[in-house]
Amino acid sequence: MFKTSLFLILATLLLFGVAYPLAIWGIGKLTPHTATGKPVERDGKVIGFENIGQSFHSPKYFWGRPSAVGYDASSTGGSNYGPSNPDFLSTVQQRIDTLLFYHPGKTAADIPVELVTASGGGLDPHISKAAALFQAERVARARNMDVRGLTGLIEKQTKGPYLGLFGPKELINVLKLNLALDELPQSSQQ
Amino acid sequence: MNTEFNGVLLIFLASVLLAWPLGRYIAKVFSGQRVWTDFMNPFENRLLRLAGVNPEQSMDWKGNMKALLVLNLGFFLVAYLFLALQGLHPFWNPNGFGNWEPTLAFNTAVSFTTNTNLQHYSGETGASYFTQLMVFCWLQFVSAATGIAALALLFQGLKNKSAANLGNFWALFLKSNTRILLPLSIAVAVFLVFRGAPADFRGLQEITTLEGETQKVAGGPVAPMVAIKQLGTNGGGFFGPNSTHPFENPDYLTNAAETFSILLIPIALVFAFGFYLNRRKLAILIFGVMTLLFLSFNAVSITQEMKGNPAMEKMGLAEQPNLEGKEMRFGPVASAFWGVATTSTSNGSVNSMHDSHTPLSGGVYLVDMFINAVYGGVGVGFINFFVYLIIAVFIAGLMIGRTPEFMGKKIEAREVKIATLVVILHPFLILVGTAIAAFAATENPDLAAAWLKNPSFHGFRKWRMNSRRPRPTTVPVSKAWATTPPSGTS
Repeated sequence: MFKTSLFLILATLLLFGVAYPLAIWGIGKLTPHTATGKPVERDGKVIGFENIGQSFHSPKYFWGRPSAVGYDASSTGGSNYGPSNPDFLSTVQQRIDTLLFYHPGKTAADIPVELVTASGGGLDPHISKAAALFQAERVARARNMDVRGLTGLIEKQTKGPYLGLFGPKELINVLKLNLALDELPQSSQQ
Repeated sequence: MNTEFNGVLLIFLASVLLAWPLGRYIAKVFSGQRVWTDFMNPFENRLLRLAGVNPEQSMDWKGNMKALLVLNLGFFLVAYLFLALQGLHPFWNPNGFGNWEPTLAFNTAVSFTTNTNLQHYSGETGASYFTQLMVFCWLQFVSAATGIAALALLFQGLKNKSAANLGNFWALFLKSNTRILLPLSIAVAVFLVFRGAPADFRGLQEITTLEGETQKVAGGPVAPMVAIKQLGTNGGGFFGPNSTHPFENPDYLTNAAETFSILLIPIALVFAFGFYLNRRKLAILIFGVMTLLFLSFNAVSITQEMKGNPAMEKMGLAEQPNLEGKEMRFGPVASAFWGVATTSTSNGSVNSMHDSHTPLSGGVYLVDMFINAVYGGVGVGFINFFVYLIIAVFIAGLMIGRTPEFMGKKIEAREVKIATLVVILHPFLILVGTAIAAFAATENPDLAAAWLKNPSFHGFRKWRMNSRRPRPTTVPVSKAWATTPPSGTS
């Protein structure tokens, strides 16, 4: 019985700890872009990953969601705050205040909720279209450009539900949006 | 919002529709009938013969139980050694992680051997690729296969007149791995790789972001582990925050595939019961009872998460869903559905942070984990349900004044005593554990403050969540962007 156990342990270790992952790794070689996490390049340099959010502070860029780990992709996580936790609520209040300071003319009722809540993994790459539109005027002002040019860009970067049927409506990948923003002809790079 | 409901409806229907043929297939594998994976026969038989097992030789319950326990003790020892000595192996450790502290290695080895997958470590900051694969990925296969093999023995026991000749645990264990878990894992892992879950062996990658900051990105052989994590009701993620992490769960489709993977085998095993014993109607009845609970839990959780947090409305925000701890690409509906699916099946993986869910939603998850048999973990979930059945049949028998009988077997004092012990053990362990923790906390409030992220009743809940809570985040909130005022002037 001990010999049998030992043998089966060794066999399954080789099968599921080595052979299986290596097989998947090998299949991944067929699709190197996705198997390395969809890196995004600019001027031949990797500047990020499509699905890994980055922190944006500058008024010239659209901001992503707050992150409990400051978009640290080497140590990820969420806040784990309960909805009535006073620490959580005061953090939300600070976020609301910050947003209203940088977006004069808006009220708290205009703020899309994802801009004041942290995601689960701390790396959420998306915001809603509403959250991008909320920031459009600020970005336009910081870049000295017409806000209408931006709304068009936001529209173009918006992705609907899968096949138009399944999943959340109107999501925007913040990194891609900001990359496209830098590409705009009238846009002043920082 | 309708498209979000469509999504979860699709996931649920796909799980049930595919679980039916899978159940038939599993019943055939258990009983040794011909199936398309028979090409593995020579390989498996050879392995078993080398191990000194005659797969045709049936054992009684004692022989099978001994085999199960000895094998699992071996799992634990190997896992413990690999973790405690992690720093010693020269390869598959690009980030140079060291040995694990003994109590953490012990806790983790126990937890993954028993298919619990409680994580007091975080994959990207503590586990080398060697331990990710040779401890966690491996145990996620073999611990799940142990449960499935145990269920196969139970099925045969129900078929038999006595507890002799239940079958051969070694052979059932190996086949549960190679015939059920492996093919499904390969399919799911390949899908994940194609959608952007990494499968590489690189260490931390340093990139410069658009704003010129440095971001270090952890990767690794994520896809193969995530597949079996979902399928084997394991739940222990490659990264700390589990399937909320964009590399574990890149988009809406992978989320659908991973939620489907949570439900598929647990539901299929209910149907397998019907096929194996030729009691399809009974299997559908059992499935119906489970599904009624499952859908009711979903109704509560989804509406609560959609309604959002009233405390935030008081701050002047418009009524919006509760998105704290949730990912935009899944949305509140698919997050709540995952929450119910993962607690129903004692899977324990998350695609949103359950601590941040609304109170009723979190309460539903606690009930779900307590019942432990709404579909339930692979193999063991149905066994739990079976124990409830015994007690229900016994009570019903008392009510109508007949000797209780289930599937041709009398249920008498001895059977009910065993079943009752099993049912009571679960709350007993939870309550005693909570009592000890509560006592320690009142004796030493500093300790409690370090344990708990949330004050009052909510913090109390944490002790009762026996499974797979991602480690409490210790990063100060001040790192969140909103409290770091954006640079530059507007």
